[in-house]
Amino acid sequence: MIEPPTAPAAAGRTPPLLALSGIAKRYGATRALDGVDLDLRAGRIHAVLGENGAGKSSLIKCMAGVVRPDSGTMALDGAPVRFADPAAAAAAGIVCVFQELSLVPDLSVADNILIADPPRRFGLVDRRAQRRRAEELLARAGAGDIHPLALVRDLPLSRRQLVEIAKALARGPRLLILDEATSALTARDVASVFRVLKDLRRDGLALVFISHRMGEIAELADECSVFRNGRNVATFPAGTRTDAQVVEMMIGRDEAHAYPPKPPPVPRDRPPVLEARRLGWAGRLHDISFALRPGEVVGLGGLDGQGQRELLLALFGVLRGLTGAVLVDGREAALGGPADAKAPRNGIALIPEDRKTEGLMLPMSVRENLSFASLDRVSRGGVVDRAAEARAVDAMVGLLAIKAADLDVPVASLSGGNQQKVVLAKWLMTRPRVVLLADPTRGIDVGTKADIYRLLRRLADDGAAVLLYSTDYAELIGCCDRVLVLYGGRVVRELEGTAITERALVSSALNMDGTEAA
Amino acid sequence: MNDLAFRLRDARATLSAVAVFVALFALYTLNHPAGFSANVVQTAANKGVLLAFVAVGQTFVVLTAGIDLSVGAVFILANCLASVVVTGSPGAVALGVAAVLGTGLACGLANGALVVYGRLQPIVATIASGAIYFGLALALRPEPGGDVDSTLADAVTGQLAFGVPASAVVLLAVMLLVWVPFRRSLIGRAVYAVGSAEASAYLSGLPIRRARLLAYASAGLFSAMGGLMLAFFTYSGEASASNASTYTLDSIAAIVIGGVSLFGGAGSAVGAVFGALIFRTINDLLFVFDLDPLWQPLFLGLVLLGAVSLGSARLLRLKNRLELFGS
Repeated sequence: MIEPPTAPAAAGRTPPLLALSGIAKRYGATRALDGVDLDLRAGRIHAVLGENGAGKSSLIKCMAGVVRPDSGTMALDGAPVRFADPAAAAAAGIVCVFQELSLVPDLSVADNILIADPPRRFGLVDRRAQRRRAEELLARAGAGDIHPLALVRDLPLSRRQLVEIAKALARGPRLLILDEATSALTARDVASVFRVLKDLRRDGLALVFISHRMGEIAELADECSVFRNGRNVATFPAGTRTDAQVVEMMIGRDEAHAYPPKPPPVPRDRPPVLEARRLGWAGRLHDISFALRPGEVVGLGGLDGQGQRELLLALFGVLRGLTGAVLVDGREAALGGPADAKAPRNGIALIPEDRKTEGLMLPMSVRENLSFASLDRVSRGGVVDRAAEARAVDAMVGLLAIKAADLDVPVASLSGGNQQKVVLAKWLMTRPRVVLLADPTRGIDVGTKADIYRLLRRLADDGAAVLLYSTDYAELIGCCDRVLVLYGGRVVRELEGTAITERALVSSALNMDGTEAA
Repeated sequence: MNDLAFRLRDARATLSAVAVFVALFALYTLNHPAGFSANVVQTAANKGVLLAFVAVGQTFVVLTAGIDLSVGAVFILANCLASVVVTGSPGAVALGVAAVLGTGLACGLANGALVVYGRLQPIVATIASGAIYFGLALALRPEPGGDVDSTLADAVTGQLAFGVPASAVVLLAVMLLVWVPFRRSLIGRAVYAVGSAEASAYLSGLPIRRARLLAYASAGLFSAMGGLMLAFFTYSGEASASNASTYTLDSIAAIVIGGVSLFGGAGSAVGAVFGALIFRTINDLLFVFDLDPLWQPLFLGLVLLGAVSLGSARLLRLKNRLELFGS
């Protein structure tokens, strides 16, 4: 249960500091925000909740002037405002602590905190005054132990987050937005940040707090808004809904996708093709063990950024200093890089996260892109056999129904869905036995999504093992035989068969033990 | 760590360039037949200052993570223009100096506009504009020659009291007037921020376009100062294509030796000055040690490779190999 807030409840009658109405924003075919109404008041902490892709980040970017909404209005103190850039929003008193930090690594902490408006004398930065201000602000942000002359580059992530908060305070905000500002912090730092936020609320600031940690919201928030599919589906005083009700609102009822039927589960005694034993890496992955058997589609779930990407990169040989072992066919595999991973003895393929920079060479032709990963298969003595290449490429274009006017056009001229099919085909040409996928359907039309789901199942039926990371829970439910849920770089839950439900995925992603029973 | 430790850390690259220069220059004067004399220092300063000006110009651009391949051409254009206009009555000479510096500034601003507003890649934009500037230099001075006011020339290339070389004092004065305020201004900080993390600079509301423009404009201005000094040393102008490209490439080598990161965002023009002086001293060392001129480029190349390798030692510590391909 969420405790009722201790702050006065009379604030509902005061006019909002910032009022959003009908805010909409599209990115290509994706509707990131779809008519959002939201009132934010001075002296209140407003929590915003929602699944991955529910529109929280887009909402923040609109308020902070990073992107301009396509339609709708924002009113500050009742007067309509439009922000051309973050500087304009900051001038109006709206400051954001971004999740992707906005610090400059090569400058000192003090330089960063007062970067936009340092104290000046005769037009030049007054370093002594700047340092004093920086020390005050660091102390106010609960980080008095950070030296103002240290380079940001040398600070660990959790300390940088506190510098970011000090920097936001330096702009004298009236509305402070914190986008998962606590996700990288240690418990001790979280406690001191909470003290800071409560002080700011007492000073009359309006605060927007985005977090996936239910406990934090219960401790801090006065109001909550739940977002789903780009809409604000409910706003209510904190403590008036149970955790289970909040999860229900976050899930909603989604339209069904066309998923291929699942075959009976793969027998547990079938020898795994790939096995991870106690993988750990750089404080981002901890003690991860699991096995992939031929014929299985296994999902990676959890909130965005809990180590799923790093795990895929680790299995593809990209990370240096990995501890633990990766076994292929029961033997330890030395994965010194993607070239080792894709070699026939390992047969691992990775469909990377960003197809435009990691998956494709955009200006090169469809044909060339398709054969990049398997040039060794279609060449003899270092010379590409054009006929063999053409045969292999044609087979893939047919298999995946890639729609291209001509195989010699630049791959950049294809639609997003067809580009993603090219990436998939490129890796299928290497005849992989293990297929790793990082969010392969992001920003892709529904028809192509269904094609990809069918293809994954077919790969598994043909004897490959598939490991699918997706930020879309419906996809994990529809496609996967098993799902490993990651939280803080650990596997916190393994769901199998009919136990893979949206409720189970969401509650284990939030690492809320016991919600299922409620 | 205390404050001093942090300050030393920030200045580490610059201080090590200074130390290397002092050591090399001591070695040079010890082995020079004339020893540590005013004349030896004067000659060395005059040669070093030319590259130092161009290298400081290049530093501004490289700090923004760009590059300016037209600095050598601007240097030559300024030299040729000076051999035409820096002559006559004292008033005309002053106007001439202003015209030369103004031309350099205009060339730099044009580069900046191509990069900022034209959205061209710095390397291509400045190759093209460099060719244009060199063409103008050729048109001004098809044959080597011209005339430069000798009173002013002798004043800035000679010796002051105690044999202090005047050219070094000019360089010092310019650095104090330009670099120190730059380092402490908001726009100077924006230059560093743009090169270090452009998205962060944007999200922080810094003037990133103005910072880039200023960097390229400064590169033009400093290259022109170098060209003007060349005119004072030679009393003439020469549109030498080989000089133009040598100075461009040497300026890049000099700043790397001086600890400026080609990835942008880190380094100092003071380091670049000493990088330039080191580069020149190595040349002179090869000369006093009577090394076969045929071996000189090879030796210089080895020194450069060593310096650049030190700068990329950071990459050995990366744990995610994908980051190798990032900034």
